[in-house]
Amino acid sequence: MSANTSTAPYYFVPGPSKYPLLAGGALFLFGLGMSTWVNGYAPGPLAVLAGVVSFLAVLYFWFGEAIAESEGGLYGQRVDYSFRWSMGWFIFSEVMFFAAFFGALFYARAIAMPWLADIDHKSVLWPDFLPQWPHAGPGNGVEAFEKMGPFPIPTINTLLLLTSGVTLTISHHALIANDRAKTIFWLAATIVLGAVFMGFQVYEYMHAYQELNLKLSSGIYGSTFFLLTGFHGFHVTMGAIMLTVVLVRLMKGHFTAKQHFAFEGAAWYWHFVDVVWLGLYVVVYWM
Amino acid sequence: VENSPGGPAVNQLNLHPPVTQIAADIHGLHWMMLIICTVIFVLVFGVMFYSIFKHRRSKGAQSANFHESVTVEIIWTVIPFLIVIGMAIPATKTVVAMKDTSNADLTIKATGYQWKWGYDYLKGEGEGIGFLSALATPRNQIDAQSAEDVKARQENTNYLIEVDNPLVVPVGKKIRIVTTANDVIHAWMVPAFGVKQDAIPGFVRDTWFKAEKVGEYRGQCAELCGKDHAFMPIVVKVVSAEDYTKWVDAKKKELAAQADDPSKTYTVDELKARGEKVYNANCAACHQATGKGVAGAFPALDGDAVVLGEKAKQIDVLLNGQGNGKMPAWKQLNDVELAAVATYTRQAWGNAGKGKDPVVQPADFTAARK
Amino acid sequence: MTTTAMGHDDHGHDHAHDHPHGLKRWLTATNHKDIGTLYLWFSFVMLLVGGTLALLIRAELFQPGLQIVRPEVFNQLTTMHGLIMVFGAIMPAFVGFANWMIPLQIGASDMAFARMNNFSFWLLPPAASLLVISFFVPGGATAAGWTLYAPLSVQMGMGMDLGIFAMHIMGASSIMGSINIIVTILNMRAPGMTLMKMPMFCWTWLITAYLLIAVMPVLAGAITMVLTDRHFGTSFFNAAGGGDPVMYQHIFWFFGHPEVYIMILPAFGIVSHVVPAFARKQLFGYSSMVYATASIAILSFIVWAHHMFTTGMPVTGQLFFMYATMLIAVPTAVKIFNWLATMWRGSMTFETPMLFAVGFIFVFTMGGFTGLICAMAPIDIQIQDTYYVVAHFHYVLVAGSLFALYCGAYFWLPKWTGFMYNETRGKIHFWGSLISFNITFFPMHFLGLAGMPRRYADYPMQFADFNMLASIGAFGFGLMQVYFLFCVVLPAIKGGEKAPAKPWDGAEGLEWEVPSPAPFHTWETPPTVK
Ligand code: HEA
Ligand code: HEA
Ligand code: CUA
Ligand SMILES: [Cu+2]
Repeated sequence: MSANTSTAPYYFVPGPSKYPLLAGGALFLFGLGMSTWVNGYAPGPLAVLAGVVSFLAVLYFWFGEAIAESEGGLYGQRVDYSFRWSMGWFIFSEVMFFAAFFGALFYARAIAMPWLADIDHKSVLWPDFLPQWPHAGPGNGVEAFEKMGPFPIPTINTLLLLTSGVTLTISHHALIANDRAKTIFWLAATIVLGAVFMGFQVYEYMHAYQELNLKLSSGIYGSTFFLLTGFHGFHVTMGAIMLTVVLVRLMKGHFTAKQHFAFEGAAWYWHFVDVVWLGLYVVVYWM
Repeated sequence: VENSPGGPAVNQLNLHPPVTQIAADIHGLHWMMLIICTVIFVLVFGVMFYSIFKHRRSKGAQSANFHESVTVEIIWTVIPFLIVIGMAIPATKTVVAMKDTSNADLTIKATGYQWKWGYDYLKGEGEGIGFLSALATPRNQIDAQSAEDVKARQENTNYLIEVDNPLVVPVGKKIRIVTTANDVIHAWMVPAFGVKQDAIPGFVRDTWFKAEKVGEYRGQCAELCGKDHAFMPIVVKVVSAEDYTKWVDAKKKELAAQADDPSKTYTVDELKARGEKVYNANCAACHQATGKGVAGAFPALDGDAVVLGEKAKQIDVLLNGQGNGKMPAWKQLNDVELAAVATYTRQAWGNAGKGKDPVVQPADFTAARK
Repeated sequence: MTTTAMGHDDHGHDHAHDHPHGLKRWLTATNHKDIGTLYLWFSFVMLLVGGTLALLIRAELFQPGLQIVRPEVFNQLTTMHGLIMVFGAIMPAFVGFANWMIPLQIGASDMAFARMNNFSFWLLPPAASLLVISFFVPGGATAAGWTLYAPLSVQMGMGMDLGIFAMHIMGASSIMGSINIIVTILNMRAPGMTLMKMPMFCWTWLITAYLLIAVMPVLAGAITMVLTDRHFGTSFFNAAGGGDPVMYQHIFWFFGHPEVYIMILPAFGIVSHVVPAFARKQLFGYSSMVYATASIAILSFIVWAHHMFTTGMPVTGQLFFMYATMLIAVPTAVKIFNWLATMWRGSMTFETPMLFAVGFIFVFTMGGFTGLICAMAPIDIQIQDTYYVVAHFHYVLVAGSLFALYCGAYFWLPKWTGFMYNETRGKIHFWGSLISFNITFFPMHFLGLAGMPRRYADYPMQFADFNMLASIGAFGFGLMQVYFLFCVVLPAIKGGEKAPAKPWDGAEGLEWEVPSPAPFHTWETPPTVK
């Protein structure tokens, strides 16, 4: 079925919904569970599980309803604009989230490191600190570890993500040309590339822990390395989930050549994740 | 109460009387700002209240209908801009002067601990002197359970701004204070000197002052540092050059007499007695005198696995801290003090006679430090 | 949902089933007015909760010595007072205003994403519950100050984690709320309403929303790093591992300074409606107001380290942040002068909204001036972390943001409830608040100059009198807010003189063209603006 916008209301306003309240409750469970879990209280993990599962369940129904509205032709041109603006600004807020972590890396390297090694710090606190990146701080509390270089995995991963950007664009063009089979094929290829990327990422973490002795607790280097790559990986996963939903919808026959914002939104997100990776690749692995 | 000499006056309305050039400059800047702001305030609100009284409907005012004037708007953008520049120029000079810590006569390190200050004379006359400086006001005045205590508090001019060992410095000399901290951020502040500098764990910062008048000057910790933030004051005694030399001699003798010998083997009772003092001075604030800790915040030592286990682990925790600084490192204590406190925790409360290694000797710490 | 109810020639009926009653109406609300009402009530309750904590603080500080709480509990009170007021009271209150007024003012039928709007709201009660629960866990609530400075925040107990997750959730709420507001304003204005014809309140909120989406994620990043430092062995803020506690402050204040303007820009918007309405004269310098607001917002990103003058920055850093901060006085001056010029040769009356607007301008300016004094790095060295700063920010937050909120509440209450509030009582509320506010916070300037540090559970004897005065004022101020609830708001909801569509003869804007109380659905066919 295709979205027919000619009958859409001037601006569609959904009726009352219980989902927001339920989702809020789920996040409450999640927050409470996480707080108790990290402090070692037994019911914590259970509450987290309950929170996450119920949150996902609510999202499932919520999005299901939204999709039905969309396919029911209720979303006119204006709603479509709204989605575009909102996705754009949402991605901007994500950029700022990553900026905090990139900022931390920048600060640690360009400001804190030379500071810790200046003459005052040498004479008063840290006589033998060498300001060389990577380091795990002057405190000697960290076991020796090795830096994660750009070869081979990160470079392979870069190629994977870049390719996935291309396949996604091919898919998009196919959708515009109304070639469904081609759209589905290339979108699936994109998701596969994303999954392979994640596989390599997991492998890289294992390599870090087992062979390089590089851990989350390996001082500031480990902290920034794992949080930056970890949050990126999390975002890749989210992007892949979005693309998968789009894929399923494509297979169900949703979207038209003209109106397919969900596809585009997910694609923007994917490109954003791509760009963040390029930043990581240069700043974390090469510099 | 009366005014506290060198501390706040009763119902003081302005900054402290300055004792350094910087503090005097700041005082001047503050007056300048007050005057400029008051003048602007009077002008602006003069106009507003004039309008409020004249242009009200009950007085028959009819509303005009102008609502734009580029000229006027440019004027009232440019004038504030100029005023602001006028304010910034003198402030810039003071900033530059404040930050110039070079050529000090005496360098002292001030270390913030939860909740006291440690002073080490690093360079200049008195080099090598080091001591702790903690609140001298008795706890019962603070908690004030009885009328007597309340009275004592009310009569205490220096309530909460008195310490056991004040910092002593010579008058008219440039003193450079290097700040750092052991656990969390504190701030070393003495208003009469115009000095306030955060003390940051793992980092050093510096500031300076040149006191122009002999006397005692008082300040308080000015960065939230946990529960006893309000109870770690700073007292600086500024003395004449001769008095300072005398103080240095006396202090050096006193320290030499107290010096511990880490190569000696101590008896259990010696260690326990000394350890209890060290414990109460350093550890009790968090782990409590009862060793029971504070649920959810500070672990109990009574029955603690590390305290009852092999001594090596406890030695490591004491020297290097634990949990990303939740338990700070205590390397600055000497080996005798550390051995004493370790022994004490192993013997106190319900721990007595339970764990492995009931006695820890200074030599263990000396070895572990290497 | 069926398409049959959606005949495009009959927009009025596309909500056939959506006027549920009772509790369900509120729990499942997608109507912007209902959600606005929820926000307003939530924030008012939070004001009382945060205020009660403030009163406990003031009770402890009534006289020297420790009487009511232990110092560790005192720090919890201070911290939670700050957090609850900022994230629970002031910010949601402005979002409530946005929800109610923006669609009405721009001629939109609702917010752009009605369900997400409800989600933004329903994240707040869970977050607030987490904060309240944290008082009762072992170790108590976080006591590291609302700024949650590491490494003190790393030292805290489980209350800190609850606080972190609560702030994550509130951050998500703010981001979704802002996106909603941005999209509504950009996409749903009535035909003919160009951006430069848009009401000032919408402009200030549009800019505020941009501030929010730019900085809330940064706060999320900062507290996430605290979380991993606490539990997962990272060393972002631990020097021994190569991190830096001061780095936390940079990241926090990169959020924190724009945050304080988030709490004042919509207030400027409200006042920019009320002053023209009661001066019966168009707002002077509309476009320069817009530019001034934008300048304040842009400048707010480059001044953050004025909170860090005592951390020991290099001279160049101190000077840069000092100059940039002082510069903000210029666009703010433009705003103040424009309001003055609006009043000038108007035909003024002084109903309660106007009283609060004038009170706002007067007292906020005092807070602005003390801000400027704080911005002078050398002076700030003396007064940073003293009660002078506490005085400064309560002048801008209580007499600024809160007064503006009251100003807007009186102004639009007739539109919300359909009834006029009692004018005499409104005036009592205003004068009582203004006077007791100044009794509470004016003496704090003296305390700060004399060197009384903030976040102190106990203080030297010399500070006793002013503290006592402040405490007395605080209880008076609290009483006035309870008076507002029971004697102004509740009666105006229950009944009273019926409000006409436009109760203020000088008011302008689309919101006055719909009846009072505003019907459930408004502007389903957008009006055309000339
Ligand atoms: C609504 C919130 C709000 C607002 C609007 C402001 C506005 C300003 N603030 Fe404030 N501030 C806070 C909330 C706010 N602040 C908070 C919460 C803190 C403490 C946080 C914490 O540590 O917990 C703080 C702390 C704070 C500090 C740090 C103090 C310290 O910790 O040592 C500084 C320093 O520069 C500062 C400066 C300013 C300045 C220059 C303005 C300017 O925007 C003011 C501009 C206004 C005017 C200047 C008046 C009107 C102008 C005229 C009438 C024109 C003519 C004037 C001239 C030409 C001079 N603020
Ligand atoms: C954002 C807005 C905001 C508001 C509105 C307020 C309102 C008030 N604040 Fe504020 N305050 C902050 C933000 C705010 N504060 C922040 C950010 C801090 C810094 C925190 C930190 O250092 O980390 C702070 C810190 C702070 C301190 C310093 C604490 C310290 O350093 O230790 C003090 C001390 O007096 C104080 C007092 C007050 C008072 C008396 C009010 C009054 O206006 C409150 C008025 C009272 C009421 C509105 C309550 C009325 C209720 C009742 C009377 C009970 C009735 C109950 C029922 C009906 C159920 N506040
Ligand atoms: Cu040390 Cu506050
Ligand atoms: Cu600021």
